[in-house]
Amino acid sequence: MENKFVVHDLNLYYKDVQALRNISMDIKKQQITALIGPSGCGKTTFLRVLNRMNDLIEGVRIDGKVLLDDQDIFGPDVDVVYLRKRVGMVFQRPNPFPMSVYDNVAYGPRIHGQRNKNKLDEIVEKSLRSAALWDEVSNRLFKSALGLSGGQQQRLCIARLLAVEPEVVLMDEPTSALDPLSTLKIEELLRDLKNHYTIVIVTHNMQQAARVSDSTAFFLNGDMVEFGPTETLFTRPTDQRTEDYITGRFG
Amino acid sequence: MNNRHLNSQLAYDKLFRYIFIVSAVIVGVIIFSIILFVSKQGLQTFQDVSFWDFHTGTVWNPPGQYGALPFVFGSVAVTLLAIALGGPLGLAGAIFMAKVAPPWIREIMRPATDLFVGIPSVVYGWVGLTVFLPIISKYTGGPGFGLFLAGVILAIMILPTVISISEDALRSVPKTLEAGSYALGATRWQTIYRVLIPASLPGLVTAVILAMARAIGETMAVAMVIGNSPQLASSLFAPTATLTTEIILNMGQTPFGSPWNNALFYMAFMLLMVSLSMILLIRFVVNRRLANDR
Repeated sequence: MENKFVVHDLNLYYKDVQALRNISMDIKKQQITALIGPSGCGKTTFLRVLNRMNDLIEGVRIDGKVLLDDQDIFGPDVDVVYLRKRVGMVFQRPNPFPMSVYDNVAYGPRIHGQRNKNKLDEIVEKSLRSAALWDEVSNRLFKSALGLSGGQQQRLCIARLLAVEPEVVLMDEPTSALDPLSTLKIEELLRDLKNHYTIVIVTHNMQQAARVSDSTAFFLNGDMVEFGPTETLFTRPTDQRTEDYITGRFG
Repeated sequence: MNNRHLNSQLAYDKLFRYIFIVSAVIVGVIIFSIILFVSKQGLQTFQDVSFWDFHTGTVWNPPGQYGALPFVFGSVAVTLLAIALGGPLGLAGAIFMAKVAPPWIREIMRPATDLFVGIPSVVYGWVGLTVFLPIISKYTGGPGFGLFLAGVILAIMILPTVISISEDALRSVPKTLEAGSYALGATRWQTIYRVLIPASLPGLVTAVILAMARAIGETMAVAMVIGNSPQLASSLFAPTATLTTEIILNMGQTPFGSPWNNALFYMAFMLLMVSLSMILLIRFVVNRRLANDR
């Protein structure tokens, strides 16, 4: 299967501290890749490399190569705004904008120049349907998104992202602030979405990684300990540390 | 924990409760009695002057003619002018400080802004007279006193208020909203304009309200640059007066209880009412906008 991202010898430093060490991995197109590991292991930092969200943090230095469709995302001719349009992100806590449901979803298309009202209506409906939210919000499109439940807000954030038609969706513990039912809905949604998108998900929850992902990478203290097909990693890990972690001996 | 200890804690709680209530009552009584005193004294004006003439008359020639419209117009005009000039500039400064400037520039600007608040108004007036007046006079060919100069000086005076409150409002917007916008491929300007400003709108409105309150009540600096001529302003560059400047210039030379003095009290009452209604109006408009979002 084709590679979407190729990461080669990535090192990341935060001021004097090295947060990621010699990470190399291939992220496959239209698959779900899960990143697991204990808090502070670097999995979220790694995720934020992929759409250069770390650029917003002062004191971060990166070396190594990250190729998106064979193009280096740190290359001099890369437009980071365009990169983030291609590689979107869903955050740990739902972060809808304080505006209506409709305006939240239309935000992306609008900033990218879509002005046509009919076209926007179409995009909003399509995105909300893809995020399995349409039926719940179609009668309150023009009311504030802040009135939705946490789970609905997170699906709204996914819809908002889908509206800009990204190629890759990065998710940073998208269900950690949600109840089990909302979590289930998001997981179902992920399985549908992978038909069209490449998904990379950071999760604290190993069952979640096992349930939804095709490949899993285990991070520990800034190293990527093991990376492989999810089933193999969870049933026959090759590294002792991976086994200790997935069997719950630490973490 | 023994009972005696608990009882003393409860007594302590009660004591503080009463202290807070008494403080709140005192503050309320003070504000209320100011309004009461000013309005009681002011309303006596209408034993001598017709209510209608006072509010709509444009000729101020006491004792005899009491048309206070020029002053109301002057006060409202300089305030709106100050907001129109100083509001956008202050907001831009706040955006710069909160979101654009590197930390070391902010470290300098923040205390500088606070210092700015402490400059006495007579200094602003003095700067207006020596720096701005000659420039305006040169370009308009007139003396230079008037609404425009007063508006410019007030705009400068309200800048620190607008900047520091707006900056706080902008910085209090959760970082995750900003990140969410960037993650959709928004530019910095789009994020500021479409997410940060709408999200901090209530705070920005507070900034404008406080700035307006400062502008409409300002007396010294305005009295120095407006020309103090009790007539309806015929242009932005003609000498005129405001409620505050007219009160301060005449309150010492009019005997307490005389119609003229009562009229000044009534003008103070109008000042209260005008600023109160401006504040209520803005709150109303914003609340309606916010309500539409829900």
